[in-house]
Amino acid sequence: MTPKPILAAFGQALAEAWAGGAGALLPLGFFAGAAVLVPLGIGTDPDTLRAVGPGILWVALALSSLVTLERIFQADTEDGTLDLWLQTEAPASAIAAAKTMAHFLTAGLPLALLSPLLSLMFLADADATLLVHAAYYAIGGLAFYFWGGVGAALSATVRRGGLLISLIALPLYVPTAIFGALAMTDAPGSQSAPLLLAASALFALAAAPFAMAAALRLAAD
Amino acid sequence: MIRGDRVLFKDVCVVAPMRSTVTLRGSNGTGKTTLLRILAGLTRPETGAVTRNAPHHWIAHREGLKPHETPRQHLALWARAWGSEADIESILQTMSLARPADVPARHLSAGQRRRTALARLLLDKRPIWLLDEPFTALDADGRALVLSLIEDHCRQDGCVIAAIHGDAGFEATAEVVL
Repeated sequence: MTPKPILAAFGQALAEAWAGGAGALLPLGFFAGAAVLVPLGIGTDPDTLRAVGPGILWVALALSSLVTLERIFQADTEDGTLDLWLQTEAPASAIAAAKTMAHFLTAGLPLALLSPLLSLMFLADADATLLVHAAYYAIGGLAFYFWGGVGAALSATVRRGGLLISLIALPLYVPTAIFGALAMTDAPGSQSAPLLLAASALFALAAAPFAMAAALRLAAD
Repeated sequence: MIRGDRVLFKDVCVVAPMRSTVTLRGSNGTGKTTLLRILAGLTRPETGAVTRNAPHHWIAHREGLKPHETPRQHLALWARAWGSEADIESILQTMSLARPADVPARHLSAGQRRRTALARLLLDKRPIWLLDEPFTALDADGRALVLSLIEDHCRQDGCVIAAIHGDAGFEATAEVVL
């Protein structure tokens, strides 16, 4: 096995994300927009905002991850690139993982980097915990994007499959969302929550590529 | 091969030895593309098996070009993916793609896109060529170019399996009618 096709697939996915112009900014705008709307809806009571802030950001992160996932495998199916990738020497799971990772880096990681700013809007204290929380969002986002990738691969041949992706992926987001939100509270069990959050992301990294590969082979068949 | 509740084709045997050209014939919807996809390992046949004892090239209707990709970028990408050290500039020259080499695929004509896809054949030396309607969208020059590529390839111990409509323009060693 040679890593060359995998690196090439990663490079192509990165190039594709930036070639779309504002395409990479779309989830960022969605994330910020969703987070900005909430204080308008629930009022400006500082205690309430501080309490719901982290949870709102987890929900916004989960939903933003779904905004661009629809295209990552669908475009490849339509233009014939998928057929070419499936005929390279590299395993389809590695190709799928490389593409999803590239997508996470261009669409998901920026969301985590933006999160401290949005946390401040929810009146979080401006201290180092903001950065710790950003790291949690990044780890959780990784799990979201890999599970979302499974949904994207399964609906690669479905026109307007965005809704289908949500139906497939959102249930898989649950453990990550639970541990991620728990890690940001003082509730019992919050000490071990970061580890469980990381475990859920590692599990997604390990399992999702194989599910994506099987789904893509089915899409090409 | 079964599609839906219809048997697309059965009892098909394709043998392509070195230096042979096999054409797949049949009217629309008889399964030429499906048979090629089975030969490429993309589609699984209902029964039977495919043995490929050498690497293959795959050129199909969907060219595998991204809308933002230029012919040069496309060839560079697949050269990287396949670990090929071919000279991309000379391939662009051969395929008459030197002029549109830096134009994104969404602005290319259908013929130029096809030429770009066909240029992949020259990136990496692979004995088996699987071509689905290689002449689609090509002008007379392009046709002649592809014919000469196929001839050269066969002379260098390669083999070509192509689904073709109408006049093939080359002497096929064998013909499979679906």
